[in-house]
Amino acid sequence: MAKKLNMKFTLLCIVMLSLALTVSCAKKPPETTSTSDQAEAADTMATESEADTARADEDALTEEELEARRQAEAEARETAADARDRFVSEKVYFKFDDASLTDSARDALRDKVQWLRDHPDACVIIEGHCDERGTDEYNLALGSRRAESVKDFLTKAGIDGSRLTTISYGEERPAAKGHNEEAWAENRRAEFRFCSSE
Amino acid sequence: MICACALVLVSGVCPQAADYDYINIREPFSQKIPMAVPVFKTLSQGSTEKQVAKNAADMVEAALAYTGYFKMIDRDAFLQDPGGQGIVMDEIKFGNWTDIGAELLLTGGVRLESGVLQMEFRLFDPYRQEMILGKRYTGKVDGQRKMVLRFCGEMIKRLTGRQGLFDSRIAFVGTGDEGKAVYVCDFDGKNVTRITRPQSIVVSPAWGPDGRSIAYTAYTHGNQRIYISNLQDGSVREFASYEGINLTPAWHPGSSALAATLSFEGDEEIYLLTETGKIDKRLTESWGVDVSPAFSPDGKKMVFVSSRSGSPQIYVKDMRSGSVRRLTYEGSYNTQPDWSPAGGQVVYSGMKDGRTDIYVIDVDSGETERLTNQAGDNEAPSWSPDGSMIVFTSTRTGSSRIFVMTASGTDQRMLLDMPGKQQLPDWSPPKRQ
Repeated sequence: MAKKLNMKFTLLCIVMLSLALTVSCAKKPPETTSTSDQAEAADTMATESEADTARADEDALTEEELEARRQAEAEARETAADARDRFVSEKVYFKFDDASLTDSARDALRDKVQWLRDHPDACVIIEGHCDERGTDEYNLALGSRRAESVKDFLTKAGIDGSRLTTISYGEERPAAKGHNEEAWAENRRAEFRFCSSE
Repeated sequence: MICACALVLVSGVCPQAADYDYINIREPFSQKIPMAVPVFKTLSQGSTEKQVAKNAADMVEAALAYTGYFKMIDRDAFLQDPGGQGIVMDEIKFGNWTDIGAELLLTGGVRLESGVLQMEFRLFDPYRQEMILGKRYTGKVDGQRKMVLRFCGEMIKRLTGRQGLFDSRIAFVGTGDEGKAVYVCDFDGKNVTRITRPQSIVVSPAWGPDGRSIAYTAYTHGNQRIYISNLQDGSVREFASYEGINLTPAWHPGSSALAATLSFEGDEEIYLLTETGKIDKRLTESWGVDVSPAFSPDGKKMVFVSSRSGSPQIYVKDMRSGSVRRLTYEGSYNTQPDWSPAGGQVVYSGMKDGRTDIYVIDVDSGETERLTNQAGDNEAPSWSPDGSMIVFTSTRTGSSRIFVMTASGTDQRMLLDMPGKQQLPDWSPPKRQ
């Protein structure tokens, strides 16, 4: 029953719409139109239709973007924690008895600068560490020097120095336990942790 | 309380002029003096006296052998009963001692009556048939070690002209299950006492000039700070807590000032601090690490470690003129300097081919001598107050342990055997006269 009624209503609408169009066309005063005018009109039509297409495209793009943004936001929610973790887990390494920053150390620090810019409230402790070779006091001073080198790089990149604290552990807290170059290289490092974790 | 009196009346001979020719001060360890110490004589007939007499002789032997000056002749080689013989001049058969090559003879007697211990010591030259030194001490039984060490000190002073090291102590960092702490022991590793609570990082214990306090660095509240422990009353006060590191305190002799490395200005520099920890002045002016100051005995010069040349080297600063000169040129890693009590030398640890050893350098000539050449790393040297010995750490037996040797590098041996590892020894300074 309902289906039949709907069909009838639809048919009625189509009939009325076609009548209306016929009437409006009939009412229009007959105008003599030159070919150029027709061409112009055609052009206008074309332009309008192009604009329509463009609008449609624009809508489509926006929706794609929105979808991408929705996905990115979801991913960002997952990776904000990862980025924070990476900030802490990615260490900066040094050469033996050297506190200057290597190219790879600078690359790692550039990432950290970006993260610190994105998180202007973060307060960070920079730890300087040494390998087991050399003597205790000098290594504590060298660890301090390494932490200061890192702090210097970050402040020169525009990070407020009041957000950065340095501390040296010398050779007291090795990351790797071995007694070979591999372990030593891993232990000559600067590490990062957040002030609140102290 | 120990009473001491000279036994000049016991012997008819009493050399007035000091005889320093027994020990060659220039090369005191090149030839050890053969010496005999018979078991002490019991002067009364108390039952425990025999054991006290045996202990006394053993303690004297151990203390004197420790110095590296003497070679103790085995009692089995004696031509006479090692105990119970006459101990005074007239009763001694000097031929029995010259026959076994004893250039020095030390006799002793003990008397133990109603808890009071009396000990007599006589030092003879068997070849000259003379008594060099005689002393009698009276005190409680538990003062025996003190009496023995007192006499040994007198004897060394008589033979070398220098105050001995028998009343000196050694501070060091010990690592146990609970963490690191500052410990103190006697010169010979006896009477080990922990004087600070265990913490995660403790370094650089440094004796005050009075021998009554020790400054050290400990990691607390997020950075390394300098504390001073008072050994008299056991109190600890925070001395320096500037931002960054507060490291390697060193007392300036004859004043209450301390030098230390601070990094609050963004660079590790050495500063002079007042006794309340306020900054008096900055002593180093170079970018990079400046650390481990130690003063010459007259306080006019400071030796320290700097990385200004690109590697850690030892420098000397004239405190008055401010001029600085580099002292070490050999090797690319020289640290931990300590100025000799006599003033002419600096002992330090230097790295060569990946191994760290103890070196002595003449401050004026720059002549360098390596004192350790064993397996393992040898670090953190510190002079005894009389300058005759050096304490240091070595990993030659595995974990880091405290060793001593003569200032010539002879007689290297482990000072104490305790669990964990021991580091950064500092020998107490000479007593102020």
